[in-house]
Amino acid sequence: MTKHNGSKPEVQERIGVYVCHCGTNIAGTVDVVQVAEWAASRLKTRGVVIARDYKFMCSSLGQELIEKDIKELGLTRVVVAACSPHLHEKTFRTACARAGLNPFLCEMVSIREQVSWVHTDKEAATIKSQAAVSGGVERVIHHEALEPLTVPINPATLVVGGGIAGIQATLEIADAGHHVYMVEREPSIGGHMAQFDKTFPTLDCAACILTPKMVDVGGHPNVTLMTWSEVEKVEGYVGNFSVTVRKKARHVKTEDCTGCGICQEKCPKKVIDEIYEAGLGYRKAIYTPFPQAVPRFPVMDVDNCIYFEKGTCKACEKFCPTNAINFDQQDEIVTLEVGNIILATGYDIFDARRVSNYGYGRLANVFTSLEMERLTNAAGPTNGNIVLRDGKTVPEAVGIIHCVGSRDRNFNNHCSVICCMQSLKFAHMVHERTGAIVYNFYIDMRTPFKDYDEFYQRVMEEGTLFVRGKVAEVTDATRLPGEEGKLIIQVEDTLAGKQRRIPVDMVVLSVGLQPRQDSNETAKLFGISCSANGWFIEKHPKLDPVATMTEGIYIAGCAQGPKDIPASVSQGAAAAARVLGKIEQKEMALEPVRASVIEEKCSGCRICNDLCPFNAITFHEDRMVTEINAALCQGCGTCVAACPAGAIYGTGFNNEQVLAQIEGLLLLNVGDEPVPA
Amino acid sequence: MTAPNGKKPKFAMYWAASCGGCEIAVLNIHEKILDVDANFEVVFWPVAMDAKYKDVEAMEDGSILLTLFNGGIRNDENEHIARLLRRKSQILVAFGSCACEGCIPGLANFSPAGEIVHTAFNTVSTDNPHQIYPRTSFDVPEGEITIPKIYPTLRTLDQVVDVDYYMPGCPPESHQIAAVIDLVIQVLQGKAELPPKGATIGAGDSTVCDECTRKRNVKTIKSFHRIYDLDIDPELCLLEQGIPCNGPATRSGCNARCVSAGAQCIGCYGPAEGVVDYGARLIAAFASVIDSNDPEEIEAILDGIPDPAGQFYRFNLAGSLLKAAKPAWEKA
Repeated sequence: MTKHNGSKPEVQERIGVYVCHCGTNIAGTVDVVQVAEWAASRLKTRGVVIARDYKFMCSSLGQELIEKDIKELGLTRVVVAACSPHLHEKTFRTACARAGLNPFLCEMVSIREQVSWVHTDKEAATIKSQAAVSGGVERVIHHEALEPLTVPINPATLVVGGGIAGIQATLEIADAGHHVYMVEREPSIGGHMAQFDKTFPTLDCAACILTPKMVDVGGHPNVTLMTWSEVEKVEGYVGNFSVTVRKKARHVKTEDCTGCGICQEKCPKKVIDEIYEAGLGYRKAIYTPFPQAVPRFPVMDVDNCIYFEKGTCKACEKFCPTNAINFDQQDEIVTLEVGNIILATGYDIFDARRVSNYGYGRLANVFTSLEMERLTNAAGPTNGNIVLRDGKTVPEAVGIIHCVGSRDRNFNNHCSVICCMQSLKFAHMVHERTGAIVYNFYIDMRTPFKDYDEFYQRVMEEGTLFVRGKVAEVTDATRLPGEEGKLIIQVEDTLAGKQRRIPVDMVVLSVGLQPRQDSNETAKLFGISCSANGWFIEKHPKLDPVATMTEGIYIAGCAQGPKDIPASVSQGAAAAARVLGKIEQKEMALEPVRASVIEEKCSGCRICNDLCPFNAITFHEDRMVTEINAALCQGCGTCVAACPAGAIYGTGFNNEQVLAQIEGLLLLNVGDEPVPA
Repeated sequence: MTAPNGKKPKFAMYWAASCGGCEIAVLNIHEKILDVDANFEVVFWPVAMDAKYKDVEAMEDGSILLTLFNGGIRNDENEHIARLLRRKSQILVAFGSCACEGCIPGLANFSPAGEIVHTAFNTVSTDNPHQIYPRTSFDVPEGEITIPKIYPTLRTLDQVVDVDYYMPGCPPESHQIAAVIDLVIQVLQGKAELPPKGATIGAGDSTVCDECTRKRNVKTIKSFHRIYDLDIDPELCLLEQGIPCNGPATRSGCNARCVSAGAQCIGCYGPAEGVVDYGARLIAAFASVIDSNDPEEIEAILDGIPDPAGQFYRFNLAGSLLKAAKPAWEKA
């Protein structure tokens, strides 16, 4: 029941209010001088002893202003009206701490993101800023001095995903002398890069630059490589994660296997290789995806193995010179203790079948870019010969279509970043190897990085024809002479300003990159967030691109968004640097904004028990009460909101603080008319 | 607490906007009522004895030791008596859900007063061909006669006057009333101390779940049901079975009577200690355990609660943060 309020008790605190101009960012829309004056006069009875405005509060001079006032005026609370706390809360908390005030007695009021940037009416924006400051003042009165919790950091790191980003991160950390567990769900590390032939714009052979790194990972004394394995559970918190990994049964005893390959040779069962060969080639039922696979041990595909199907065969076992085959092997569950985790789980390619008007899956000689990678690869199913689906005909004309599934509101709005360059690479290779006429159909040509545009110019000079326009259709329905037996690309050439029908023998769809189809589950497993379309969300898009909102979990490579190899490598290295920084700290302070259960009030209704995204909640059956592990809790407030009995206390966001802030926002504290909605 | 020399201390009980159930609950304490008579002089209790307002007005301020005030403040008569009894009483107890938090009469805060009067006098319940509505005053040859004037919203007692103690329940359980009367008598005899002002008395400190003996697991709800839709497991938490039970947010003190009998808690004991907005708490709690991530499915599951206002704010609307719907509030 609402207690009768009566008059507000006298405020004992001495509060300083600091209003930032942020250059013209705030001062352009908000009369900051007026806000400070208003706070000084109207909020005097609410404990405000000083209110100042300053050009840049975050500058060292601005901070010194606060520090000086804390010392000279004996401030017990500080309110900074400036940008979002995401940006400078730490700055001002540190300033308070320097002056001897507990940093958690500082409150930030966002009058930039929440006021000046979203309003144009200066008068209204000024009034709104005053209300926001008033709310901040009422709230800060109820702040408590908090002490951060320190936890030791386990120096071991888990890297999930063995593509180039994960490999880079692993090697950086392992070379620095710390242990790394690398978990990869496929039989070998290498990722998508291992499928490529050449890399743009320098045209180095992908395998030549990748496989040495793979070998390094495989043989590194500081790396425990776990392929054919998946993470099943993550518990704990930064510095002390406990990760459960399922090592799927390979049916090969890795301690005995020499990787000689005889089992693969003798296995009578051929299976279409949908993953590594993109469906263009075969593998056996016991296989390594490619000759340079790391580790060298094969895995048995039990869904296709004749022995598992019919109970006889065992050819691999008979021929294995070291008796390394074990049909009875079971999955193994391993628990890893690590301090930090890097997620480099990569991407899926867009399913070209979804653009039905391009005929992929229906018209034989329409290929995806990944198939094209395999066709051009010297170690691929055609030994690098670019031929049609029949396996022998060399095309005389090839059309490469950009932006398939990207920059298209029917599929994905995003630009997949790599497709222009990959299409140019294919144009070059087709030209070089077949002498065919090559058309590139593009919407916009995007070649922004080092040497990329030079490569574009080179491909143009080689004679590739560029048509600017989005392809409407790829069809085998011939209409005009010369079209028989060809695939016709119907396109509006927006530079020529006319519709064109271009007959070709082969069409390559430069398909976009998409988040892994299970990226949402992965994010949930590790307690991080995904954007609406499924890319992992970084802590800050510009200033903190490899960290996440969950401390101790970092992201690298295409799992965060489409990017090329250099960018993935940079992110892998960046994430590793962040982890090494954490390891070097040896212990770390956790933000003390935490939830805790008031035991006497908890009735054990168990509503909160399944809600914690960080697994910080345990239920004690014997006492019928719930407990929150302070080190695991990230202070998200989910349980605080859910507790019907109000038995969970959220530091920094308790009822008193929130309700006082609302009263302040509504100007009930100064007896003013509420701000109109 | 002072009892004037030798005389029995004075006791009053009043009903404002309420149903009368609280009075019955007091009488339902059986022979304990004799203790009331033995220890108190009942000076004002409209349901039990004849007394006039002017008799109360004539009393000395603070001369009544204990007043149990039930009912919300719906009209000017309610407010007048509330202020009067506040003045005359040393201890004013908001007695029962209506006085504490508005209760069922408080649900009228969803509509402007005019609409309520119209519904009462000119819809299905009343055939009113001549459009006759009550007037607050009417001139007759003998002079002007008046009836109380209805207010735009119903207010809880503490929204009108200062309240010393709160005693929740619709109505308060008789064993709790008996216990409170015992306590007051012990205080009179110097054997006990009064709780701090503003305390909730005659109730527990935690929630109905604390008194409920049903077995509880981690909760996930796929659908909501009415009790007659299901073959209810007598051992298992009702909420887990999809019965929208308000027990988790409701103050303990009733011995979990409804849930023990297989009916869900509807929340008559009001919010647990520290809960600011009962309905909002429950909405957040129920929403948290709905087992779906698909907006359409969630929508369908929520349709299982056909009357959310009645479910979550049945007793607490007038005492909630919002207090009333905007159309009613704007007239206030």
